Amino acid sequence: MMGQFRHSLLGRLLADPMAVFAMTIIVGLVVVAIFADAISPHDHTLMNLADRFAPPSSTYWLGTDNLGRDTFSRLAQGSRIALYVAIVAVSISGTIGLVLGMIAGFGPRWLDNLLLFIFDTLRAYPTIILALALAALLPRGLSTVIIVVVITSFSEYGRVVRTQTLSLKNAEFILAERAMGASAARIVFHHVLPNVLGPFFILAAMNLPVVITIEAGMSFLGIGVPPGTPSWGATLKDGFDYIRNTPWIIIAGGLPLILVTLGFTFLGEALRDQLDPKLRKSR
Amino acid sequence: MCIFGRGEKMLQYAFQRVLLALAIIFVAISALFTIMITLPGDPTTVLLGPRATPELRAAFRLSMGLDDPVLVQIANFWGRILSGDMGMDYNRNRPVSEAVFSALPHTMALVFGAIFWSATLGILLGAFSADNRNSWLDRVSGILSVGFIAAPSFVVALYSLLLFSVTLRWFPTIGAGEPGDLASRLYHLALPSFAIGLAWVGYVARIVRASMLETLGENYIRTARAFGLTRRKVIYNYALRVAILPAVQVLGVGIGGMLSSAVFAEIVFSRPGIGSLIYDSVSGRNYPVVMGSMLVAIGFFVTCALIADLVNAALDPRQRAK
Amino acid sequence: MTDTLTVDGLTVHYATREGALQALRDVALDVPAGQIVGIVGESGCGKSTLINALLQLMPENARIAAGSVRLEGEELVGAPSRRLRDMRGRDISVVFQDPMTSLNPVLTIGRQMRDIQYRETCGNAEKLSRAAAMLGRVGLPDPEAKLDAYPHELSGGQRQRVAIAMAVLMRPKLLIADEPTTALDATLEVQIIELLKELQREIGCAILFISHHLGVIAELCDRVVVMYAGEAVEEGPVADVFLHPSHPYTAKLIECDPGRMKTKVALLPAIPGDLPDMTTPPEGCIFRDRCDKATDLCRTKPEALAVNGTHWARCHFAAEYGA
Repeated sequence: MMGQFRHSLLGRLLADPMAVFAMTIIVGLVVVAIFADAISPHDHTLMNLADRFAPPSSTYWLGTDNLGRDTFSRLAQGSRIALYVAIVAVSISGTIGLVLGMIAGFGPRWLDNLLLFIFDTLRAYPTIILALALAALLPRGLSTVIIVVVITSFSEYGRVVRTQTLSLKNAEFILAERAMGASAARIVFHHVLPNVLGPFFILAAMNLPVVITIEAGMSFLGIGVPPGTPSWGATLKDGFDYIRNTPWIIIAGGLPLILVTLGFTFLGEALRDQLDPKLRKSR
Repeated sequence: MCIFGRGEKMLQYAFQRVLLALAIIFVAISALFTIMITLPGDPTTVLLGPRATPELRAAFRLSMGLDDPVLVQIANFWGRILSGDMGMDYNRNRPVSEAVFSALPHTMALVFGAIFWSATLGILLGAFSADNRNSWLDRVSGILSVGFIAAPSFVVALYSLLLFSVTLRWFPTIGAGEPGDLASRLYHLALPSFAIGLAWVGYVARIVRASMLETLGENYIRTARAFGLTRRKVIYNYALRVAILPAVQVLGVGIGGMLSSAVFAEIVFSRPGIGSLIYDSVSGRNYPVVMGSMLVAIGFFVTCALIADLVNAALDPRQRAK
Repeated sequence: MTDTLTVDGLTVHYATREGALQALRDVALDVPAGQIVGIVGESGCGKSTLINALLQLMPENARIAAGSVRLEGEELVGAPSRRLRDMRGRDISVVFQDPMTSLNPVLTIGRQMRDIQYRETCGNAEKLSRAAAMLGRVGLPDPEAKLDAYPHELSGGQRQRVAIAMAVLMRPKLLIADEPTTALDATLEVQIIELLKELQREIGCAILFISHHLGVIAELCDRVVVMYAGEAVEEGPVADVFLHPSHPYTAKLIECDPGRMKTKVALLPAIPGDLPDMTTPPEGCIFRDRCDKATDLCRTKPEALAVNGTHWARCHFAAEYGA
């Protein structure tokens, strides 16, 4: 039954041109990330000082930076970092948010209020400013990026899941189950979880590019990836430092970020159109 | 009697929201402070730098009360803050409050500039799209909106710096303009605030369009038209008034995101402000300034979200009843 | 003297994915000056479409395919939108069904009642005092205070009184009441009906009263039009139509009216069968599929047959039934 569901969902997504566009970008990103080494024309760490500040050419498709490193190869490698951070951070913050949200929705009133207050408080931290503050305390690296993302984003999942759970809590079919003596675990796993997952995955899809942007932003500020790592943000920072010498790095470095964000945003919206029963016109 | 009753309800609502906002600021800052003082590692190294002598450290520990229990330290911290003492900026030998409050107006100008851009352009675009629903203009504006949202603010900042400042030389590349010269200030503000606001133009346009279409389908719009009010009046006076409510809310909450974007805008355009102050302090491990800036940034954000909430309640009488 | 409202051969189509939905077909009705005419029919019979067409406020996918709507002889179909707008609210006004949603939630009652007097040249204070006077007239206590209230601060019955006050404020020639009592409980319903009667006498307007409640129609109206599946199937003086229904559909409707039941039954009776598909309406009589008296003759479209005087029905056997 599950397979049929996924099949039909995929089928419906393929009928939506925006979703196809989105999936093309995302599949492209994954392919580039997997075959980054194979498609890179140069070693992304190789400093070719003779070719510093080289403009785009047939040798260096997107030019080189101030150290003579190939921009295209660095951007291709950067897709790995972006995907890695996005998947890890979204999984962690999503799981935390899913659990806390269901606890808030199902638990006693005081616990709900407490968790809501925590969600509200965490929302008060502007992401990048918190990232800067924590960067002063934590070592520089991808784990710090992930910690920042988790702290600032799990509350969002929590809120959505809580709302969804609350609306289900008093739904007739759940009251009926309860009246027949079903255990809380059965209700949660058989009824609440499947109904919560739709909005949850939509939010996750929408959040993936946000996470990628945070990683790039932190790396741009020098508080993300360690020096020398070819994160998109770090590459943009190299371009910014030599904006008058290497404008092509800024132009080329921004494009993957914009494309990936577009891709995941369109996918999230297509998913919402398909999964949200309220928005779905007819089957 | 009726007016009085309503005012009272609004006041009660406002009071609740203010209390919640204060609690949020208190907990958010206390949590951060706790992390700072309990993190493994010697806080004196963190605060005085690695080269401080053991004697200096011991004296500092004592004077800062670093050996007191955590709760006592938090209480003392808030005691100092409430008496107006945010600590010393040891790197430049000035009070933290001076550093922070000379930077804050620049960031506020940036954020309000961004709100100006997003509110005017976004509402115009959204109302226009809803008015011309399903025309090709509506579609173009829909695609533009998504594009605006998808472009990360620091990429927009970099692109606009590259295009408008470096290449076309229409706008200045660095600084916040001459002090006291409003025109120069605005000239320097235009591009950075646009870079921050662009994404929000997209959000606001989409929200205004959607809620406008929803509103135009409401029965009371049909009533207004059945009473012969003009289409213009109905759309821009009746429907828009309802349709901008969610946009106000979103912009209020969005100020958090704009503060994050402001960090990039301040660094890309080399402007003074809270963002660049924290950035510089982090590279210099200047913790008192980081803490002070965080306090002000969070306070500013929570206050703005609160104001947006209250404005919303004032505009939408239904909100207060909830 | 010309009738206040004359509808003739009105045909309205909605463009849908399945083709043109014929929401109204060849509808004719008259509302004589100073009379109250009821329209009765099940949901889906085209009542709402008719109101929208009378106001010339149609959804984008709707189109008047044929027919005319005249207000005191002036043609509304195809009239310039400026002229139509000028007539709305002044010559024709409406009380909508759901008072919870038909008033603007973010504007005070006073502001809404002031706005609809935009044609008047007097000052705002004068407009507000007129509004308050009218609120008092429709029976709202403390009308001045109500001007500052928002719709959600009033009860459903109060809101419907506000809606009626707005509708009669400009002393229209024709007042359309679209099931104004459906959302209210029975006691309020009686009060609202009485109020409408009084206002009609004071202002002298004609009223087109739409309802699915036969009792209310019988109580209030002079004449009644019975609608089924987008067609007017019978029209006549109220007493005449209800005592001597000349169309089988009217007869069924009266049989099924819960208000008429003499004995308690477990299930409310309903007319068997469904409304026909309006994208491809059947040939001949529209009610044929659900009529237990249908014969081969019913495969041809019946004309409106006069039963007596001003009572007619679209049934081949109208004369037999009405007798």
